[in-house]
Amino acid sequence: MANNDIALMTHLLRRAGFGASRAEVESRAAQGYESTVEELLNPNDHPGIEEDLLFRYQPAYNEPAAIETNVQQWMYYMINNPRQLQEKVALFWHMIFCAGHSKIDSGQEMGLMIKMFRENGMGNFRDLLMLLSTSPGMIYYLDNSESHKTAVNENYGRELLELFSMGVGKDEEFNYSEDDVKACARAFTGWNIAPSYPPFPYGRSAWEFRFDPADHDESDKTFLGQTGNWNGEDILDMVCGQPATARFVARHLYNYFVADEVPVPSWRQTPPKDPELIEALEAAYFESNYDITAMLRVLFNSESFKNARYTKVKNPAEMVVSTLRLVGDHQDIKPGLFEISQEPKYMGMDLMNPPTVEGWHTGHEWIDSGTLVERINFASDYLGQTNLPGVKGIVDRLMSEGETISPKQFVDGCLDLVGQLQVTDETYGELVSHAEREGDLTHKSDTEQQDFVRRSGEMLQMIAATSEYQFG
Amino acid sequence: MVSNKKDNVLAVLSLSGGNDGLNTVIPFNNGLYRDFRPNLGIPEEQIIPLKDPATGKETGYGFHPSMGPLIRFWEEGKMAIFLGIGYPNPSYSHFRSMDIWHTCEPDKIGNEGWLGQAIKELDPSAENVLTGVNFGRGLPRALAKEGVPVASVGDLETYGLLTGIQGEDQRTEALDVFGRMYSPTIGSGYALDYIRRTGTDALKGADILATAPGMYSSNVEYSATAVGQYMKNIAQTHLAGFGTRVLYTTSPYNGFDTHASQAQAHSGLWTDVSANVETFIDDLRGHDAMDNVTLLMFSEFGRRVGDNGSGTDHGAASVAFAIGEHVKGGFYGDYPSLDQDKLIEGGNLEHNMDFREVYSTILEDWLHIDPVPIAGNFTKVNFL
Repeated sequence: MANNDIALMTHLLRRAGFGASRAEVESRAAQGYESTVEELLNPNDHPGIEEDLLFRYQPAYNEPAAIETNVQQWMYYMINNPRQLQEKVALFWHMIFCAGHSKIDSGQEMGLMIKMFRENGMGNFRDLLMLLSTSPGMIYYLDNSESHKTAVNENYGRELLELFSMGVGKDEEFNYSEDDVKACARAFTGWNIAPSYPPFPYGRSAWEFRFDPADHDESDKTFLGQTGNWNGEDILDMVCGQPATARFVARHLYNYFVADEVPVPSWRQTPPKDPELIEALEAAYFESNYDITAMLRVLFNSESFKNARYTKVKNPAEMVVSTLRLVGDHQDIKPGLFEISQEPKYMGMDLMNPPTVEGWHTGHEWIDSGTLVERINFASDYLGQTNLPGVKGIVDRLMSEGETISPKQFVDGCLDLVGQLQVTDETYGELVSHAEREGDLTHKSDTEQQDFVRRSGEMLQMIAATSEYQFG
Repeated sequence: MVSNKKDNVLAVLSLSGGNDGLNTVIPFNNGLYRDFRPNLGIPEEQIIPLKDPATGKETGYGFHPSMGPLIRFWEEGKMAIFLGIGYPNPSYSHFRSMDIWHTCEPDKIGNEGWLGQAIKELDPSAENVLTGVNFGRGLPRALAKEGVPVASVGDLETYGLLTGIQGEDQRTEALDVFGRMYSPTIGSGYALDYIRRTGTDALKGADILATAPGMYSSNVEYSATAVGQYMKNIAQTHLAGFGTRVLYTTSPYNGFDTHASQAQAHSGLWTDVSANVETFIDDLRGHDAMDNVTLLMFSEFGRRVGDNGSGTDHGAASVAFAIGEHVKGGFYGDYPSLDQDKLIEGGNLEHNMDFREVYSTILEDWLHIDPVPIAGNFTKVNFL
């Protein structure tokens, strides 16, 4: 098979999912790029996690209450859901539609929100905003439960426009005014939850969305130049029809799937990195009547996407999940997933608990001296475990290259098998000279085989420790 | 590397989970305490009475029976106890409330930690990668600030990069390769360059920290618990003289969240904390290195005044402690009233001292930096 097909498929599965074993990459490459894209874009045509079976072995994963179990369950899904793009998209929306456990104080609500993103995140954007605006967790997180006809709380109304749909501005213009924020907030009065919080004196019970007509502002509001007795749904209709919204969603998709963009607050003044692709995504947004899948189809089939290999700093969830998928661990229910589910937090991404409504700072900002140590040690510990099926598979393939392998062949093979990792000349030189210290590799006798396995484990650990492995 | 000047050092032990202040510093003369705590009230004969260090008179308050080792520091006049500490409109969520203590932002969600900001002031150009060190996995938000390198050490004995590589020679060789692979490159892009610089810092920090256990010798023994290990690691790092100014650790996550079986659990928690804090101070005193250290202990909130049968639920105001040779021992703030009509939101103690008053004092009088941009405008508590 052409090397470039493998490299391209590795890239697709790394971006549209959390990476894959070499065997899966090869069978997908044989299936073809566009066909694989279509399969990823139509998750419901293919089997997902068998939940009946999963909950039988791990009943705790069935709508868990504790936040830790919800994070752990999500980690299991990210590692094992065959519908990989669904999980990737759920994480995408979680990083934009930020609500956090620190305020919501309910693991169950956080789990339900992620499930909503998983099941609806690739659908119609207006539907998604409606689900978001009626999500009890979000209503509480952004204080819409404190917004009343006679005392409007603008928090949700503002963030809906600024962070969830239109963005502050584009092409150096502002997208909306302070009066629009006020009108928007008034249109969402009465969108509330029951029972109310804090849960005194009887403790907590599950929340549901409840519209209270008596607490809804029925007077006329002027929003983006149009006047009427708008309710929240009218606002969503108007917002979704804005070019600003198309631009905002397109830039977010680009930033998450293609290449690290400047931070969101700079988007008003800073034009997109790749205006052509952004324009194509905007067109897809309107042509499909706001369908996220249609935008993703354009994105994955674009040349910009195909050429953007190893240009993005992996977020901590990607670092943890893609490493586990590469080494083939936790593919079944087994102990130890709780500890794994804490790893992204050690790397600065406390899943289900983003630092603020603005979310995590991404790109190189994932890295500081503390988180880098965690990232390097996690990845190299796993890649060094030569008894894990994925690592064993890599070693077997290296051995199958011949009776004697030169240090250079050895390094090339390792870099290839961890996902055709591209490294700088300096890094490559260091890895080769490290391999040269012990000379050629053979695997005839038992001792030679043991040495081969040991050296492979060490080389894979070195590769996991490179600055280049921080990129995906 | 060894700093000649003995700069003041802050050590923090965060008691995670919400410590029951009412059963920590017990108002045993208050009849309402018995009314509210029919199941969890500590029998009077077991309470360790706190006498005024100067006059020897009873204060009416006493320690939980498992806090015996700490009474020495109170009697020496080296322990400040902050009564009724908290903040307005308390949050009953562990995470949110801890965040508020970390960021000094009760009204909006802040993302910069008070100590991250302090470290930035102490070492503005990050010359020492070890000005702040955390013990535990992951960085508490208290220490977070962009551009401030803070080492986060799971276990000082094994801390470092590429810890999974077996064999000392192999690992030394691997670290050499790592050091060269992370040397600066030209023209490979900002992100890669940044990551390599950060990796070089991390390696430098790890190399320095790795020498701490070898330099350490002591005749005291810490417990084989997480608190024991981390207090020992703090002592080792301080004694190694790396110029670390802020040392931080957290007791096992949510351990103090005693909703059930509190009687045994709370005793166990304070036995652990008290023994290891005593050992820590003895350790530093034995090395003549306690003089420039202040230890702060706090928890994100206290617990409900009335017990629930076997435990207590999340509450509001609690107690906090500072211990050090330069601490003026005594009570600060007033014990919140237990009167039914003075309790807030379903039976919680109302705070009368804002934690930011204590932070402001530490920042200005101990670390000698302007507290206002970090903690806000608060009156200081004159305990240092």
